[in-house]
Amino acid sequence: METIGLKGMTAGELTKKVLDNTELFILDVRNDSDYDDWKIEGATIESINVPYFHLIDGVDDVLDKIPDDKEVVVVCAKEGSSVFVAGQLVEQGKHHVSYLVGGMKAWSEHLEPVKVGDLQDGGSIYQFVRIGKGCLSYMVVSNGEAAVIDTLRMTEVFENFAKEQNAVIKHTLDTHLHADHISGGLKLAQHTGAKYWLPPKDADEVVFNYNQLDEHAEITVGNTKIHIQPVYSPGHTIGSTSLIVDNQYLLSGDILFVQSIGRPDLAGKAEDWVSDLRNTLYSRYKRLSEDLIVLPAHFGKATELGVGGKVSARLGDLFKENPGLNMEDEAEFRKAVTENLPPQPHAYQEIRQVNMGKITPTDEEQRDMETGPNRCAIHDK
Amino acid sequence: MQTKITVDTKGMACPMPIVKAKKALDNLESGQIMEVLSTDKGSVNDFQAWVKQTNHELIKHEEDNGVYKFFVRKK
Repeated sequence: METIGLKGMTAGELTKKVLDNTELFILDVRNDSDYDDWKIEGATIESINVPYFHLIDGVDDVLDKIPDDKEVVVVCAKEGSSVFVAGQLVEQGKHHVSYLVGGMKAWSEHLEPVKVGDLQDGGSIYQFVRIGKGCLSYMVVSNGEAAVIDTLRMTEVFENFAKEQNAVIKHTLDTHLHADHISGGLKLAQHTGAKYWLPPKDADEVVFNYNQLDEHAEITVGNTKIHIQPVYSPGHTIGSTSLIVDNQYLLSGDILFVQSIGRPDLAGKAEDWVSDLRNTLYSRYKRLSEDLIVLPAHFGKATELGVGGKVSARLGDLFKENPGLNMEDEAEFRKAVTENLPPQPHAYQEIRQVNMGKITPTDEEQRDMETGPNRCAIHDK
Repeated sequence: MQTKITVDTKGMACPMPIVKAKKALDNLESGQIMEVLSTDKGSVNDFQAWVKQTNHELIKHEEDNGVYKFFVRKK
């Protein structure tokens, strides 16, 4: 019973508008706890929350809150309620109103590829921004070959992108055993005949075969020998491994983010891993070149999105500006990474089980498990 | 517990379970009890929020084989 004249906006279209800093007004009609937990954010986004069950008998209560001078998008969990509410708004003469196609579920799954830069001997590195959940994946492309790092569940996006670049995916790597999202690394490797790499110290309980991502691993992409150098960097998990790509980029996994640092508690071992985390950030990373461009596996806030959505920063700049790298006192650091942490990511224990291959939920169940923000940083309140 | 009416919304997606429930509740008298059946997983949170914010009483809710049952007493 869709209203005539009512238009849907896809997650991809909405992403473009967020990244282009288009002024947008969002009417989110989910219940207030879901809204408070996780919502669409951006520098030029104004949003309000009015649960749909207050708008069943009519939208009079919100009409005067709907601005006439900018685009309005009605958002709900899956789509149904937003179609219901947006339809009523259109009937009331609000013709600049659309609804988010597929709701927050589609928003959570959208990936936006952004070119990070070129490699020294030809080839490029791309970042895939999962804007709704704050996850970041990477693809290194060179001379017809590709490696995908921290692959997300939506593996067809990476397959299609590699095809467009005329590249064959040869390697998929996970910097650690993820707890906030379901890895697509193994699945993508199986589809494309690639090698799947995982740090062995995170793989104690995995039930599938993998290649050991440790400091002895030699991984090249394309004929130009683009080196992917693993750097053991425990703290978020005991196996966490960073990758230096082409001597230019530091893929820091969930150890170091642009505005925060990784939390050590998602595998249940916060106290044990605090000193590892501190060593990695304050010693191991300190010995690396300050000119490396840090490419993390997550972002927590819309303010971390740079030009075109790119999330990156120079390592030297992060040593100056990132609050997680500027706690001289060890006790203060210990307190910051173990106390008053944000809530854990939704279903994080089950997600770890999936990533070990121990349970295999349906697609719909996987989607539900990944609801909400990633919350892998200590500052993701 | 005597229910005055049972609203079957099985198979319906959001927002229909609450739309149907609200219409049925509007026709009840204060203190009467409505039972709502739903297969929409999202309806669990939404029912709790809706009943709370409209000051009715969610007496209980339970799940049986993928069917959620909500018992709501009209304020």
